[in-house]
Amino acid sequence: MYVTVKGGERAIENAHAWLGEERRGDPQIAAVSPAQIREQLSLAVHRVMAEGSLYDSDLAALAIKQARGDLIEAIFLIRAYRTTLPRLGPSVPVDTARMHCERRISATFREVPGGQVLGPTFDYTHWLVDFQLAADGEAPPAPTADPVPEATPHVTGFLNREGLIEEAPPSDAAPPDLTREPLEFPALRLQALTRSDEGFSLGMAYSTQRGHARTHAFVGELRIGAVTVEMEIPELGFAIEIAEITLTESETVNQFQGSKTKPAQFTRGYALVFGQSERKSISMALVDRALRWEELGEDNLGAPAQNAEFVLSHADSIQATGFLEHIKLPHYVDFQSELELLRKLRRAAGAAPRQEAAE
Amino acid sequence: MTEEAYNFAYLNEQTKRMIRRAILKGLATPGYQVPFASREMPMPYGWGTGGVQVSAATLTPEDTFKVIDQGADDTTNAVSIRKFVERTAGIATTTKTSDAKVIQTRHRIPEAPLTEDQILIYQVPIPEPLRFLEPRETETRKMHSREDYGLMHVKLYEDIAQHGHIATPYAYPVRVEGRYLMDPSPIPKFDTPKMEMAAIQLFGAGREQRIYALPPYTKVTPLDFEDPFDPSKAPHPCGLCGAEDAYLDEVITDDTGRRMFVCSDTDYCETRREAGHRGKDAA
Repeated sequence: MYVTVKGGERAIENAHAWLGEERRGDPQIAAVSPAQIREQLSLAVHRVMAEGSLYDSDLAALAIKQARGDLIEAIFLIRAYRTTLPRLGPSVPVDTARMHCERRISATFREVPGGQVLGPTFDYTHWLVDFQLAADGEAPPAPTADPVPEATPHVTGFLNREGLIEEAPPSDAAPPDLTREPLEFPALRLQALTRSDEGFSLGMAYSTQRGHARTHAFVGELRIGAVTVEMEIPELGFAIEIAEITLTESETVNQFQGSKTKPAQFTRGYALVFGQSERKSISMALVDRALRWEELGEDNLGAPAQNAEFVLSHADSIQATGFLEHIKLPHYVDFQSELELLRKLRRAAGAAPRQEAAE
Repeated sequence: MTEEAYNFAYLNEQTKRMIRRAILKGLATPGYQVPFASREMPMPYGWGTGGVQVSAATLTPEDTFKVIDQGADDTTNAVSIRKFVERTAGIATTTKTSDAKVIQTRHRIPEAPLTEDQILIYQVPIPEPLRFLEPRETETRKMHSREDYGLMHVKLYEDIAQHGHIATPYAYPVRVEGRYLMDPSPIPKFDTPKMEMAAIQLFGAGREQRIYALPPYTKVTPLDFEDPFDPSKAPHPCGLCGAEDAYLDEVITDDTGRRMFVCSDTDYCETRREAGHRGKDAA
């Protein structure tokens, strides 16, 4: 006998209590603190800040803990928190030429003013599992050197002097805010890309490298480091420093054959991402460049990475994961209507009716 | 019990004002999809974020709120949304259709007719009725502006040519006051004729950042040809309350394939049973 089920509410409460236990894991093992996550899993924290569009490493670390290490879940927590915060206004554009670079490399020039600085990179580590970390995890102190000079000029600036690369003229206009305006086309490309899912951006960028709208890219410069954020306070009449944040900036130098309207010149792809987010940043620069085909008068090759509506409508991990996972919600009603339709179509087609089960 | 740290019904007043503007614009142009700056809600996209934002912008502290999912008040996501609104707005909730001022729904219209005092808010996954025929938003917006709906007629015609029926059993496209083609959200075809009603109907699509609306008594016509629209349902009465006029869910009752049909609108079914109606499978 069928009785309608009541008790969804209790099922939900019990499920969440169990989730709490699973999150804690074996109580014999010490609980991890958000501070430990912030300090020791900092790249996860950076990704959560970048895709969460909120620069707060303590909050991001707590979200990672709450999400049991599921970074998209943690990004979701941050986004849902961020949406409740008031928007105060735009900052002064950050000056990345004055970044305190902890890493800064150029793949286009062997020597550049300001120098090549490897910084704390995984590159050239040999990727052998380090069993020493399981034993104690302590790191011997690294050698130190004098800090790089205050201002490190951009590599693309050197190309600019010869007119070899397209100009990116500065603007003082306060840009619209993608988190306060609906995504409409033409879209706020860079804002959408900087908070896009790392995996999605990587896949899109990779597709351009494999020939789907290839724009052969050189990493003109990749720089990671701290910049100060300043804001004009109308009551004061001048800008004050409100934060220091770590950013990853990538500028690619791309081939460009020239078009009917423009002489042959290098073009650029640009990326600016919260935190130390190297893979994401390079991916973003490649996708940025591929999406600019129309503005540069290139041909539409029909490649996915050239299709702004396709890329920008599907790049957000929180939108994507929500809609993907909603298909596990009840769909009894729509499914029932499909069932009835299918039976009707089969009857009409004269399908031999099977033995009808008792109702 | 309201969470002190958050504003009434979670959203801040600026956001509510932005949403109310979109709702008013939607009511002024019935069936037109108004872009709005959908906020990230503390529930996943695709789970009713649009409906919740419209509800939050519509509710006042005196209102009584009802949430249904698939017609039922007690499905997990309906429970979750109801609790969220209880927690952030501290308002009264109900499962009684007739007692509710604002009803948020996913995939059903209640069986009991709604009144002029009520507002029905739909959760919408894909607001664009043309989306699966033309994936580009830039193109579908042009098609709406030119009233260019031939593609949809061709699709429905091809269904008939191929199957002898229109193979769209839910989310059946409708024309609003002879102008905009509108997605009624994935309600079954059975519910489509109910859309001409006394209550205000609001549609919220959070992930897709669209709001649209139907003022009371707006003419809503299912897109069809000369043969009449068929609001189909399972050809049975409800096993519990015996209703002949309600949309039914099919419930599998054991592993030999036995099944029964029960009202998908749980409040309608309970109200009928309280009034003494019995179906053939009622205990």
